Amino acid sequence: MPLTHGVVTGTASHFPAKSRYSALALLRGALGGHRHWGRAWRAAEPKPSYDVVIIGGGAHGLATAYYLASQHGIRRVAVVEKGWIGGGNTGRNTTIVRSNYRQAPLQRLLEHSLRLWEGLSDELNYNVMFSPRGALFLGHSDADMTRLAERGDSLRAMGIDAELMSVDAVRRLVPLLDFSRAARWPIAGGLIQHRGGTARHDAVAWGYARAADNLGVDIIENCEVIGFTREGDAVTGIETTRGRIAAGKVAICVAGNSGHVAGLAGVRLPIESHTLQAYVTEPVKPMIDTVIMSQSLHCYISQSDKGGIVAGGDPDGFPSYAQRGQPVRLEHAIAQAIALVPALSRLRMVRCWSGVTDMSFDGSPIIGDLPLRNLHLNGGWCYGGFKATPGSGHLYAYHLATGQPHPIAAPFDLARFAQGRTIDEAGVGPMPQHR
Amino acid sequence: MMLIHCPHCGPRAQEEFTYERTRDSVVQLDQAPDVAMAALYSRTNPRGEENEIWRHTLGCRGWLELRRDRMSHAIVAVRPLGVQVLP
Repeated sequence: MPLTHGVVTGTASHFPAKSRYSALALLRGALGGHRHWGRAWRAAEPKPSYDVVIIGGGAHGLATAYYLASQHGIRRVAVVEKGWIGGGNTGRNTTIVRSNYRQAPLQRLLEHSLRLWEGLSDELNYNVMFSPRGALFLGHSDADMTRLAERGDSLRAMGIDAELMSVDAVRRLVPLLDFSRAARWPIAGGLIQHRGGTARHDAVAWGYARAADNLGVDIIENCEVIGFTREGDAVTGIETTRGRIAAGKVAICVAGNSGHVAGLAGVRLPIESHTLQAYVTEPVKPMIDTVIMSQSLHCYISQSDKGGIVAGGDPDGFPSYAQRGQPVRLEHAIAQAIALVPALSRLRMVRCWSGVTDMSFDGSPIIGDLPLRNLHLNGGWCYGGFKATPGSGHLYAYHLATGQPHPIAAPFDLARFAQGRTIDEAGVGPMPQHR
Repeated sequence: MMLIHCPHCGPRAQEEFTYERTRDSVVQLDQAPDVAMAALYSRTNPRGEENEIWRHTLGCRGWLELRRDRMSHAIVAVRPLGVQVLP
């Protein structure tokens, strides 16, 4: 199946001129002391019923609501969020965007998403600060370089950009890496996707929230789902801390907590919730202007627009919903980053945090139907969901609106586990702690 | 960090231990395919207590069963596991 080109969809014309964000509006605001700015979205009260209720006000859920309204004309939609918009994994990731995966179904999925990223700020009339500064995988040995070359070939065959880099080319791009012979992880070269990069994660949630709200979607914060209403094997709505809401379709989109929420409906998933940590240093002048990852290490480093070095490493390796991580794992991640870029040892860490990741049992997301009618799932994104945000929402909205999986999302159904067609990028089987 | 009381070695730091899988996901060799599939590929994944198999990898290498709270990380019970529960 070829990649679908031209997926970039609506226009920014959803917003009436008065509420559009623009340089002119900023200038006009400056004259009036910036007192005219209103809320970016309404604080909606739950209505008794909706066509679609999306559980989870992270960026994936908000994107789903936005595309339901903008692409499919379904506007009786609510997004219910137990906390506040973007307060979960949307605001806890390391903001990396790329599509350079190894297997074709994942390449199609993430490339679909990357193409949406490329037009997203215009589409949402909100600067999501998508910055295609390149996503570089380092190779540390001949074996690494062979695997990177293989991956690059497979990506280019799919129409996705990938450039194999020599050591000299890597040195020109990231001179601060340790290229010495005594390096803990010698640099043998790299593979870069120039169209990859980073985006401002909070802005993605806020942009989708504002755009969805503008199209009539109700965004209901501080509203936790505590159960489902059912008629036989069909789900008819949700019970929440703010009352019962009836729904034609209920769409779970709570990665990190999919096991818990599906459990409220009595459904067991091939997902275990694990902790992933990340950290950021004090802000410094530009020193790393690409995203550094590694073929052999689980380590990813980038510099935020504010100047902080953002990095992360391995998940903690056992199930937890605690949203706090083990110092040992963080120390390991920091040691790897310092070994790659020794100058990082001179920076102070200002924050570390953790998120709860939906570790699926093949490492790939699950998008599709659940065994109960009118109940759907988008989850299992492991620790790689942020980059997929626009594509995930776009494909899930298609599924909810048409009742059929989009061809790009079809391989990611729940039935693949029983049918032996898992999409296991790391090849480790149902062992999330080894991913 | 968790302090895990190994039944053989006493209280030891968590980093000596590795998580294996939940107690209910051990597949018996003579199980029907659908039962084995469900055990391998589905979890309760509760926001609360669960029975888990861990190993004292960097200690006595013994297998343990922990009853552990996944919200608070409190360990409710630890007991040694023998070959009788492993495939």
